[in-house]
Amino acid sequence: MSSAEVQKEESMVLQKKMLGEHFETLSKAKENGRKVVYTFVPGNLNELILAFDLLPVHPEVNALQSGMRKLSGDYIQEAEKQGHSEDVCTYVKCDIGMLKKGNIGPTGEKLPAPDLLLLSYTGCFTFMKWFELLKQEYGCPVVMLQVPYQADGKITASQREFVARQLREVVVPALEQVSGKKLDEDRLRELLASSARAEDDLVYVWESAKHKPSPIDAYFGGVYYIGPIFTAFRGLPGCEQYYRSLRSEVDYRIAHGMGPTTPEGELRQQKYRIVVEGPPNWTSFREFWKIFYDEGVVMVASTYTKVGGLYEQGFRHDPDHPFETLAEYCLGCYTNRNLPARVDILAKYVEDYQADGVLFNSIKSCNSFSAGQLMMLRELEKLTGKAGAFIESDLVDPRYFNAANIKNRLESYFQMLEAKRQAA
Amino acid sequence: MDTQPIIDRCERLYRDIDLGYVQEWKQRTGGKAVGHLPVYVPRELIHAAGLLPVGIMGGGDDVEIIRGDAYFQSYICHLPRSTVELALGGKLDCLDGMLFPAICDVIRNLSGMWQMMFPDKYIKYLDFPQTFNGAGREFYRFEMAELLLDMETLSGIRATPERLNHSITLYNANRQVLTELYELRATEPHRVPTSELYLLLRAGNVLEVSEHTAMLHDYLAAARHSTRPLRDNVRVVATGLFCEQPPLSMVRAMENSGCYIVDDDWVLGARYQLGDTPVGDNPLAAIVDSYMSGTVATATRYVEGDDKGAFLVEQVRRRNAEGVIFAAASFCDPALLDRPMGQKALAEAGIPYTAFTYSENTGQVQVIKEQAGTFADSIKLWGAVS
Repeated sequence: MSSAEVQKEESMVLQKKMLGEHFETLSKAKENGRKVVYTFVPGNLNELILAFDLLPVHPEVNALQSGMRKLSGDYIQEAEKQGHSEDVCTYVKCDIGMLKKGNIGPTGEKLPAPDLLLLSYTGCFTFMKWFELLKQEYGCPVVMLQVPYQADGKITASQREFVARQLREVVVPALEQVSGKKLDEDRLRELLASSARAEDDLVYVWESAKHKPSPIDAYFGGVYYIGPIFTAFRGLPGCEQYYRSLRSEVDYRIAHGMGPTTPEGELRQQKYRIVVEGPPNWTSFREFWKIFYDEGVVMVASTYTKVGGLYEQGFRHDPDHPFETLAEYCLGCYTNRNLPARVDILAKYVEDYQADGVLFNSIKSCNSFSAGQLMMLRELEKLTGKAGAFIESDLVDPRYFNAANIKNRLESYFQMLEAKRQAA
Repeated sequence: MDTQPIIDRCERLYRDIDLGYVQEWKQRTGGKAVGHLPVYVPRELIHAAGLLPVGIMGGGDDVEIIRGDAYFQSYICHLPRSTVELALGGKLDCLDGMLFPAICDVIRNLSGMWQMMFPDKYIKYLDFPQTFNGAGREFYRFEMAELLLDMETLSGIRATPERLNHSITLYNANRQVLTELYELRATEPHRVPTSELYLLLRAGNVLEVSEHTAMLHDYLAAARHSTRPLRDNVRVVATGLFCEQPPLSMVRAMENSGCYIVDDDWVLGARYQLGDTPVGDNPLAAIVDSYMSGTVATATRYVEGDDKGAFLVEQVRRRNAEGVIFAAASFCDPALLDRPMGQKALAEAGIPYTAFTYSENTGQVQVIKEQAGTFADSIKLWGAVS
């Protein structure tokens, strides 16, 4: 199938338009006097950034976009030529390489340099090193928001207070300085209330996968569904509109017994329902997705789509307690939870979504996700009685996506699932 | 006194993966022991509650990995797999608890694995402040108060201010003699071979602090009078080895390559805090404040401001070193991500460097020896390239 025939949902088209407009605004930021804040996706403070009328840039999103546009391989090699190790996170190297090659964003326009690096490092130590590196490149100020790890699987009062206090005493003053504005708390509350409404619709969409056939693919399709809410749009009317539209699409598919739209067409015949742990590979995203499409596999829940928040567990941004709610949001992201909690989340997905199995896509350069996954898999199999599959790839380094090897492993796995089903 | 009997004992402790000393200490005192991973934990708190802090730094090159590899993918560093191997083989059974300091995502996740593997043991992940303002201090104070309470519960011994002050004094004394040893090695490196200093540091992972301090004093006294000849070696700083420890054979290879290692960052916990902790009415606050006011700038710690690499350059200057060896454990994110920044700072300062990776069970040390030797030769021939 040629790229011209790729099937897209209406919400995908809407999202593409939103992204296009955002990157266009970014490309003109300097000439329009807009200030730019680079920050990371997990536990981001989008409402706070928007309350100061600042423009957010997410380096991971740039990296994954480079991966999907087949540019990341060159960028990574450029960073390695500059002395970066082969062993480390390829998002970082892709970003550094992109910067060295002109910092051209996904729409072909140059990305603006940051006026501030907001280092909100939730659930990933590499973020800390990443912005230390970028600080050397850009020479702009950095403001650090430390988010403690949920080592006991719960958020403590001390952790919440620590984060909220940093927001008030460190982050807000830094944002005030860069924007030249005082914080307008009423504006922040409006943005938070809007976020909560979009979050309600997103949860509806995730839970729609309990239907059979599932009207969504919660992993490959899911990465599109999280686009607006995990990035520059959460808190804005356009984001609410996107999720209302998405919810309508999902309702339509439920009413008509339809499966999700995939690049190859609708996935109506769903043989296996799978839960996925770990990020996807971006360099061969479509090829990766097609392996599952060809086998009639639908992903009914995934953990990667929770790196920016586990809304289905009840969290909503609360406009009545702006700092506390932002603190809780930062602390609650998936990779900030300890391994036993992550196993419990996966086990609950298997049960709630009546999954046939669990797939671990173990990412070479993401230790935050990957370290311990083999043990998680064993624990999960014990807890659920469902068989798991384990494959290895990378985020944006094309050298670590071996399609034939992955396909072989997955085919064997699905044969095993079939055999188990026949035997039951 | 000769240094050799001391070093022989240290090497026996280093090779003893069964932690015989810890078992014997527990039997002798009736006390309990708490293990901790690199890089740093406030051992004073553990000690004040009557517990023996035990540094667990992987299995080195003496442990055959049989089960540990089944827990980690090939692209994860070696230390966690050998630590799991030790634990599954019952080698860490004598530890009544385990602390996992915030170093990186791998050690962080290892704490969760431990929770699943050993649900009946005391396990704590220690989050350290990366932000050194009022909120960071308050958070760290809370973390330390909680740790102290946990230690008291584990031992059944209350860490009174008197006990805390006593422990602070003992660890200050240990830090002071280590500082003296490091200074002697920097000024007269032929008197303190790095492989010996390394073994002395490793002994501090298991020995009760008073015993370790006494050993260091004995060694220092003997080393001052050692008659080893001063060689025409190049003076280098070794950096990047703060977590997964190099095998002894690698340390020996580095120093036999024509390099005098005049500073390093292995077994860093004992030297992590830069100054002494004052004794006084509120020893817990003193421990917190001492940490907040000055620790080494290692890769696991966020460096504020524009000082990235400045600590390393200053280390080179202070030790009168001629170059830097970046030795990072394979797949060590903090060390490897930090390395380009350190190299940039060195290049700007006109300080030569070389870099390689290793693992704790590296067997092929000849390559490392050749690289370090070539580096030393290049400095002798051409000096610093600025």
